[in-house]
Amino acid sequence: MPRGFLPLVAIVAAAGTAALARETDGFRVITTAGARQLAIERTPAPLPDVQLVDQDGHAFRLSDYLGKRILVDFFYSRCPTICTARGEDFQRVRELMDDGGDASIGLLSISFDPGNDDREARKLYGDRFSAKTPRWRIAVPTDSGDLAALLKSFGVVVIPDGLGGFIHNDAVYLVDAYGRLARILDPQDPKQLLAEAKGAP
Amino acid sequence: MNLRLFLIAASWLALWADPLRGLLESDMAAHMTLQVPLLIALGLALATTIRLYEPRFFAEADWLGIPGIVLVIFATSFWMLPRALDSAIADPWIDAAKFISLPLLAGLPLGLSWSRMPALGRAFIWANFIPKVGAIGALYLAAPTRLCAYYRFDQQASAGWTLIGIAVLLGTLWFVIAFIGRPPRNAHKAAPPHIMALPPPYAGS
Repeated sequence: MPRGFLPLVAIVAAAGTAALARETDGFRVITTAGARQLAIERTPAPLPDVQLVDQDGHAFRLSDYLGKRILVDFFYSRCPTICTARGEDFQRVRELMDDGGDASIGLLSISFDPGNDDREARKLYGDRFSAKTPRWRIAVPTDSGDLAALLKSFGVVVIPDGLGGFIHNDAVYLVDAYGRLARILDPQDPKQLLAEAKGAP
Repeated sequence: MNLRLFLIAASWLALWADPLRGLLESDMAAHMTLQVPLLIALGLALATTIRLYEPRFFAEADWLGIPGIVLVIFATSFWMLPRALDSAIADPWIDAAKFISLPLLAGLPLGLSWSRMPALGRAFIWANFIPKVGAIGALYLAAPTRLCAYYRFDQQASAGWTLIGIAVLLGTLWFVIAFIGRPPRNAHKAAPPHIMALPPPYAGS
């Protein structure tokens, strides 16, 4: 075995393992969404205090929710698949809270398609799931620059689906009472969603 | 300037420049099975020139090509991670890192180390690589969710089928070469015509 062989193998293997470990957060995630989920779980992330407008035309800010936990999802009203499924989950969460006489958790659906989702479209979308303000706001940022900031801070990636629609992360976002993004939840049983929201600070 | 180096640099720049970069990165299958192998191929081409200037110490320390092939395995594994592909699309600096690391940390060491590897070692690499490509393809088809934030579900499926197709093709080729053999590379040199046709005065001298 020539001199230099073992040190060279050791250096290459150590550097390679370190690079892979870094990119997979210690061999735990291989996807961008997974990495973001893990990072948020470790350190809740601050969110920009943007102004939005709901389906009744009322303007509000994210900071209006300070002191209250909210479940947030992102949608576009023409979405035929996952947005509808998340809408139905939120509807069920609201029904569960109603059954328990509980109004501690706010619901917020944010459209990333402000061009199409005007107030009327958002109102129609909300009516499909009996969404009423202020309990469940179907909103859009008033400024398009704010939309980009909002998507970035929540870690939402929206790409065209090639058929005139969009593809986006399928997740529910939990914002804690301090206004921080506290958890990124996989779609799950609405009872579980509510329990997760109540367990947040 | 050496023509080969010039062609390698020109190809590298062409791959980096739009529209080619945007085109290849807009589709998951093209990104994984065209752009990445082409970048590795540039490194392989570079190896034929670099080999002449390779420091003796490195050539010796790269015993049986093992350190080099380990580097290749790490570098290619890294760029197989969905998160790494996402980062390359989202951030031009990460994409630049991909454009530098694939030729220099995968193609170049592959070209330098391959010839130092014993036949059994090469067979081991092929026998591992081919099923792995197929397995990754199958995983892409089986995954219930999107693995890359920037690629659609149907793109993920077509990348899966492309990888399976490549694995089947390479597997068949490898099988044919291993069990049936390839035509001798120097067949035409077996009886060089200039020796056959030596003019009479020189024959037998």
